[in-house]
Amino acid sequence: MKSLAELQAIKEKMQNKVALRDGSGEMRVVVGMATCGIAAGARPVLSTFVEEIAKENLANKVTISQTGCIGICQFEPVVEIMEAGKEKVTYVQMTPEKAKRVVEEHIKGGKVVAEFTLANKA
Amino acid sequence: MKELSLNILDISKNSVKAGAELTEIYITEDASTLTLEIKDNGCGMKKEMLDSVTDPFTTTRTTRPVGMGIPLLKLAAEMTEGSFRITSRSESEYPENHGTEVTAVFNKNHIDFTPLGDVISSITTLIQGSPNADFLFNHTTEKGEVTLDTRELRAVLGDVSLDTFEVILWIQDYLKEQYEALK
Repeated sequence: MKSLAELQAIKEKMQNKVALRDGSGEMRVVVGMATCGIAAGARPVLSTFVEEIAKENLANKVTISQTGCIGICQFEPVVEIMEAGKEKVTYVQMTPEKAKRVVEEHIKGGKVVAEFTLANKA
Repeated sequence: MKELSLNILDISKNSVKAGAELTEIYITEDASTLTLEIKDNGCGMKKEMLDSVTDPFTTTRTTRPVGMGIPLLKLAAEMTEGSFRITSRSESEYPENHGTEVTAVFNKNHIDFTPLGDVISSITTLIQGSPNADFLFNHTTEKGEVTLDTRELRAVLGDVSLDTFEVILWIQDYLKEQYEALK
């Protein structure tokens, strides 16, 4: 069974990492999580980003946060990726499968998955 | 909403938005009913707002004048011939004892009952999105209970945030194991 002692071990591991993370928070993934996003399937999309980024050991350069409704409900689930010095990329109508590709190709590989972007829909 | 657990995520987010330090989520099940209670110590609402929250044309969002969260939960409960209730005490009127409480009762055997779905994901998503707020989650069935209190985790973690990837994955497994034990 999982125990709080395990959590203590995670804490100690993380405290060593905190210093490393300062100043190198390079990418931000923002998932729309208002009623519209949730109803359209944003929850499994967010879970996929959390799991994949942890699995790929990208936690040092990526932070994931949630936001409310940004006003394009028909395109939910919406995911924005921000990177210092680069233009924001807005991915629309996301699914867990698409999220995996975004982690692999964009976050890891540095190449925007153009076919999933809002620009491609407009 | 395809799963009741998505309504839980959606409604609990209102509590966080209302500035709640603690949001309590209780799911209580017996053979025929499921009762959902979401209780917070946020800023609450005055009577005027409270009277209109079940109307879809009432919302706090600024991008458009429609809010579906509460109406969708109410509908989901009423479709099963269950019930829905929301009570609230606003911070300005009750500075010591404010907050909102939502109770929805569902008839599980009704054909229109929406399955609970992936509650674990809703809880981890909630914590990931609001790592500075506390949540007390309890799901009691006839077979036993599943519990998570972020205040206990926070006491162990100290200054390590609850939205740390490893912590979120730990919470996910922690809940999974408790649900496994109920089977």
